Amino acid sequence: MTENNNNTLPLEYSTEQGQMSIVGFWIFVAAEVALFATLFATYAVLFGRTADSPEAMELFQPGIALTMTFILLTSSFTCGLAIHSMREGSLKGLMIFLFITLALGLTFLGFEIYEFVHYASEGATLQSSAYWSGFFILTGTHGVHVTLGIGWMIAILIQLKQRGLTAVTNRKVFILGLYWHFLDVVWIFIFTGVYLIGMVV
Amino acid sequence: MQLDEFFVTGEPLIYAGMVAIAVVSAAIVFLLTYFKKWKWLWQEWLTTVDHKKIGVMYILVALAMIFRAGVDALMMRLQLAFPDMNFLNSQHYNEVFTTHGTIMIFFVAMPFLIGLMNVVVPLQIGARDFAFPYVNALSFWSLFFGAMLFNISFVIGGAPDTGWTNYAPQAGAVLNPGPGINFYLLGLQLSGIGTLATGINLMVTILRMRAPGITLFKMPIFSWSTLITSFIIVFAFPILTVALALMTVDRIFGSHFFTLAGEGLPMMWANLFWLWGHPEVYIVILPAFGIFSEIIATFARKQLFGYKTMVWAIILIAGLSFVVWVHHFFTMGAGAFVNSIFSITTMAIAVPTGVKIFNWLATLYKSKIIFPVPMLWSLAFIPSFTIGGVTGVMLGMAAADYQYHNTYFLVSHFHYVLIPGTVFASFAGLVFWYPKLFGHKLNEKIGKWAFWLFLIGFHVCFFPQYFLGLDGMARRVFTVGPEWFTLNFISTVGAFTMGLGFMVFVFGVIYSFRYSTRDLPGDDWQYGRTLEWATPTPVPKYNFATLPENVRTHDTLIDMKEDGETTFDEKKLESIHMPSYTGQPFIMMAILFFASFALVFEWITLAVIGLIATIVMMFIRSFDYDEGYHIEVDELRENERRARGLDDDRE
Repeated sequence: MTENNNNTLPLEYSTEQGQMSIVGFWIFVAAEVALFATLFATYAVLFGRTADSPEAMELFQPGIALTMTFILLTSSFTCGLAIHSMREGSLKGLMIFLFITLALGLTFLGFEIYEFVHYASEGATLQSSAYWSGFFILTGTHGVHVTLGIGWMIAILIQLKQRGLTAVTNRKVFILGLYWHFLDVVWIFIFTGVYLIGMVV
Repeated sequence: MQLDEFFVTGEPLIYAGMVAIAVVSAAIVFLLTYFKKWKWLWQEWLTTVDHKKIGVMYILVALAMIFRAGVDALMMRLQLAFPDMNFLNSQHYNEVFTTHGTIMIFFVAMPFLIGLMNVVVPLQIGARDFAFPYVNALSFWSLFFGAMLFNISFVIGGAPDTGWTNYAPQAGAVLNPGPGINFYLLGLQLSGIGTLATGINLMVTILRMRAPGITLFKMPIFSWSTLITSFIIVFAFPILTVALALMTVDRIFGSHFFTLAGEGLPMMWANLFWLWGHPEVYIVILPAFGIFSEIIATFARKQLFGYKTMVWAIILIAGLSFVVWVHHFFTMGAGAFVNSIFSITTMAIAVPTGVKIFNWLATLYKSKIIFPVPMLWSLAFIPSFTIGGVTGVMLGMAAADYQYHNTYFLVSHFHYVLIPGTVFASFAGLVFWYPKLFGHKLNEKIGKWAFWLFLIGFHVCFFPQYFLGLDGMARRVFTVGPEWFTLNFISTVGAFTMGLGFMVFVFGVIYSFRYSTRDLPGDDWQYGRTLEWATPTPVPKYNFATLPENVRTHDTLIDMKEDGETTFDEKKLESIHMPSYTGQPFIMMAILFFASFALVFEWITLAVIGLIATIVMMFIRSFDYDEGYHIEVDELRENERRARGLDDDRE
């Protein structure tokens, strides 16, 4: 509520409200961890319960999953570079790296949509069996998060264009960064817990 | 879809409900128009971000919902009063116990306690509002519209009928088609958004906005219990979100999480539900413990005994609350080993709870107790809740639970913890902090009548149910045999006595509004110990003109009185930043209400349109750079002097 400025801190931490928003977002991420943990648990419990539909092993393609992993990891790296440019005070650098992150996010989504359509054509859909319900909801929830992140990024890019680097816009970029890295962490668990295990068990 | 499929038809009681809704709505519209209050309603309430006003609205919703779910309860008790009654048929009875339970937990216990937290916590820790006032308004409107969505189910579409636990596969699309269960799933989903947001909001508020000197261990115990409750909310509510979403997808989009077909696992619902559900029990009881602690210390006129052990007991209970969920379905057949573990964790909870009981008793020991209404509720809580707790340990023993499971013994047990715990605390807290909310006290005499009627009614209603349970009367049966007549009849008499007690309570609110004196000191009960009593009554919108500087204990006001400090030190006045009121939270949640309503009836296109409109609202919020406004020193000085009755000839 107060606007005490503290010049030794990065711009996003410079106001009380900025600090509180960042703390609040960390707590939100904790809630998101609980949400994804529940989805992973559900997936694990339903593992192998494929009824009459294809097994995971028959459909998973290591190439696509690995490509998606590299794309998302790279986007997390460029997102980190965006925050770095922001801290350096370079609006241009920040916007360029955010654009790259955005493009990589969209590419990731493209692959995911292709993957889902491909599985559906092979007879594995949300309605096929408990296992595939668990799979589509877990990966789909992550995909929806990525989609929302992309929309959010577009909104913030417009605001950066309008307002430049301020305590408020920097805070928004920083929080978006936290969100994006969090999605990356979730994906690493999906890659190992769903795809790698699904291909061998 | 035909109109008679949309509205529920054929039940005289429900027609009466429709008429009542129509009459009340028309009366509200008429009164607002007649007294030209529409603008007032919008500017003062619907757009407010002030934590005190939002708290008041939470409590109003809770009181309205007590009425609704209380009528459900009385209908059930009437049906069970005599053997083979024909007042409700089996389907209607199923719907009534479902809405009773769901509303009491989600739309009474939660909003009542969150409402009190809204009002009191910022005042206790010396904050001027929540960390995120906008989000706080959003939370309230999500609760409000969630409650409305759930409540209209009994006249539009049909009420859910599978109990508040909504077990699969009974609640699945195959056995239970139609909108009923969808109302449950989406109503709770909508209000759950707000609960999670409030949890985060309160946590940041408490962690970051305490006045200087109020360290965590100098924080009043109610604020402590709120902080721990917020932790539980943040880690438990996402589980409910997922469980509700999975069942919604099951029902509307044909997935197989909880179905019998496609290798789904119906018992996974029970696990997910109680993984959230047991922590939820502590979400509604820990704040109650906090309220009782404040009131007992205040009216025993003595420092709370064992403050630190109280805090650690809360933390321990919160931790244990996540590892006991299987005790809700010992009879599922998880095996002796699993049941034993959960039996032990369950009984372990009695230890920190017992610590708290003894701390309250030790606070009372050798103190000069006075007995205003909040203290009566608190003193009645201790023995009543202990009966509920001890029978809880009986239920917690897995082997014995095979006898008690799903009988009236269980029904009586959880009413014995939830009513003396949560409901008594809500009433006690409301009466206690009422002057801070409305600037006048509730009438003591009427309050005592309400208390005694409710307390006696409660024991008459629920004590016989333990014995009905031991006699083998199963939960959720809709008729009773002659062998259970006497005890059931006594129980029904008790239930109506409680209803009468509640009506007297409401009468007391109206009576006091007209006749109570308004000119109260800030420390309205004279024995206040914590910072909220340092503010003038009614509390100004900025809460504190200045903050205390020399806090030494958790009884902040006692320290301040010793030092002659107040929250109005003219030398230290600075302008105060305030957030602007906004209608966005109301509009956003109204849109989400329509989207959810469409999804209940599986009108996918409309639901998608509503969802897109919600995202548009989020964009509008993102581009909103409203900075709020400042209250200047002159205005502060004038306002505080008037509120504190200080003379104005200072020059």
